[in-house]
Amino acid sequence: MSEQNKDDKPIIIARDVHKWFDNFQALKGVSMEVQSGEVVVIFGPSGSGKSTFIRTLNRLEEHQRGTIIIDGIELSHDVRNIERVRREIGMVFQQFNLFPHLTVLQNITLAPIWVRKWSKEKAEEIAMQLLERVGIPEQANKFPGQLSGGQQQRVAIARALAMQPKIMLFDEPTSALDPEMIKEVLDVMVELAKSGMTMVVVTHEMGFARAVAHRMYFFDVGMIVESGTPDQIFKNPQGDRTKLFLSQILEH
Amino acid sequence: MTVIPQESAPPSPPGGLEWIRKNLFSTWYNSLLTIAGGTLVYFTLINIITWIFKTADWRPITVAPLLYLIGQYPREELWRVGISMLMISFLVGMSWGVWKRYVRSFAIFLGILFTVLAVFPLETPTITLPIRIFVLINPFLIYFGYRIGRTKRVLGRHVATLWLVALLLIPLVILPGFDNSSLLPKVPTTVWGGLMITLLLSVGGIVLSFPFGILLALGRRSSLPMVKLFSIFFIETVRAVPLVTILFMFSVLLALFLPTEARIDRVIRALMGIVFFSAAYTAENVRGGLQAIPPGQVEAAKAVGLKNFHTTVLIVLPQALRLVIPNIVGQFISLFKDTTLVYIVGINDLLGIGNAVLNLNSEFVRLQMEVYLFIAIIFWIFSYFMSYASLQLEKALGVGER
Repeated sequence: MSEQNKDDKPIIIARDVHKWFDNFQALKGVSMEVQSGEVVVIFGPSGSGKSTFIRTLNRLEEHQRGTIIIDGIELSHDVRNIERVRREIGMVFQQFNLFPHLTVLQNITLAPIWVRKWSKEKAEEIAMQLLERVGIPEQANKFPGQLSGGQQQRVAIARALAMQPKIMLFDEPTSALDPEMIKEVLDVMVELAKSGMTMVVVTHEMGFARAVAHRMYFFDVGMIVESGTPDQIFKNPQGDRTKLFLSQILEH
Repeated sequence: MTVIPQESAPPSPPGGLEWIRKNLFSTWYNSLLTIAGGTLVYFTLINIITWIFKTADWRPITVAPLLYLIGQYPREELWRVGISMLMISFLVGMSWGVWKRYVRSFAIFLGILFTVLAVFPLETPTITLPIRIFVLINPFLIYFGYRIGRTKRVLGRHVATLWLVALLLIPLVILPGFDNSSLLPKVPTTVWGGLMITLLLSVGGIVLSFPFGILLALGRRSSLPMVKLFSIFFIETVRAVPLVTILFMFSVLLALFLPTEARIDRVIRALMGIVFFSAAYTAENVRGGLQAIPPGQVEAAKAVGLKNFHTTVLIVLPQALRLVIPNIVGQFISLFKDTTLVYIVGINDLLGIGNAVLNLNSEFVRLQMEVYLFIAIIFWIFSYFMSYASLQLEKALGVGER
């Protein structure tokens, strides 16, 4: 059934999503559809609501108006639906948010053991495969505090992948990294994109967007101002805000 | 390539006489101060030593050392205290074997304490040779337990279960006994006393108030309004009242309100008061730790699909508790000393026994110095040890090395 869904129905449907923090309106009617296997890049100035938007997709933030449907499940106050959706979505944060009191291996196996109810052996086997994939199997028994930022972020990616999600969300995954570590994280993300993972990425890494993004969305003041393929966005941006913003981040 | 010449290492700090000359006798006034200070220390020490060995009259302690340990607990039932001690020694040893360095310092401390007690050169008729031998078994039992605990087959949860059984069995079965039992005849708590009561109340208070305090701390941050209100009300009320008042309330009011058939034992009543009091403070300490955990931790746990309960137990609490070990241990040391307040509700804890002995006869009344010093030293040994053990625990858990 899900095979059929893949072709006609988008895996992420967001319609007219609104979000307020007290009196401040962070999202003013955002609509977006993402097909299975698509890589979407969201960019825009700080405070434009791009992080808030992807955090509504797994209900880390609650939207107050509009509809969000993930893989056929609508996000509402129903806790069971939220749990089901979170099992299908992996998320990588700007600040890594690894669990400092657990080893790298325990960080990755925690959710598979407690949520998926896998045996410890199975979880560890898959965790080791994922660590191979992100290139740091030798760090399995270290604590996050002993790793560099780039290594920590790669562990965070492995942790999210361990739940075998259908969708991966990236919230500025390279913004907290030293410049020499950005590439090692982007390499992992590019590999992931090429493997066919559905990805929604908030980032200003335009090289990454150019290489793997199918669609790009420019956010400003809580709205999608412009969207299109990387080609359209880079070669022929329509809005003045988009042009100005692109010129500012591409200057260097 | 230029060769960088090796520099000779700076001279090592002077030792022995050189150090003394440099630090104590560098100038004439420094020398004067050293001599004056040295004289003061010398005479103080001489005075203390002559007081301890010549002037002081240690009879209030030597006539009845067992009184300080177990109070009026019948001497023919002494073996029950002994058995309890052996059980604890063995379990401490096993814990050492299983949890290694987390328990090591405690196990070694206990072993040394028992050995010193067993061979302490105290001439008194009440401490017979069998008692000394019995005490001396304990350090060996600790080591024996350690060897067993080290084997692969013994797991942490086995030892934890045994601890639970022992901590229920000792104060509820072995020490009090039953009516009409020939093996374990009833020993009412009115005759319990001394260090035994002090330890029962403080260990009981710590063990029971800790989970209670964690629940209150979580309750205070709960999104359920009733739970939150109750927690805040409980914590703030208990913290606003002195422990003495709480002890009085439990000891007098509880007895007044409950029908005579449902009378709760007075030691249990005191323990309930202590647990109430300690739980409120534990809750505030734990809350401090909970607040220090960055919100990103909870978000990450939610994002991987963990339920709220698992997020709290697996992610938030382990980190929060680790952060507040120093505060919690500090609070437990206070609690240990605060148990002396049960004296005012008629329970003869260590301090209560001391006061009782002083009033025993007219000769002892003037020997307060000796009795209180003796009790102070016992409290100091346990308190100092708790703080040392907490440092070891912090090191083992790597606090501050996140």
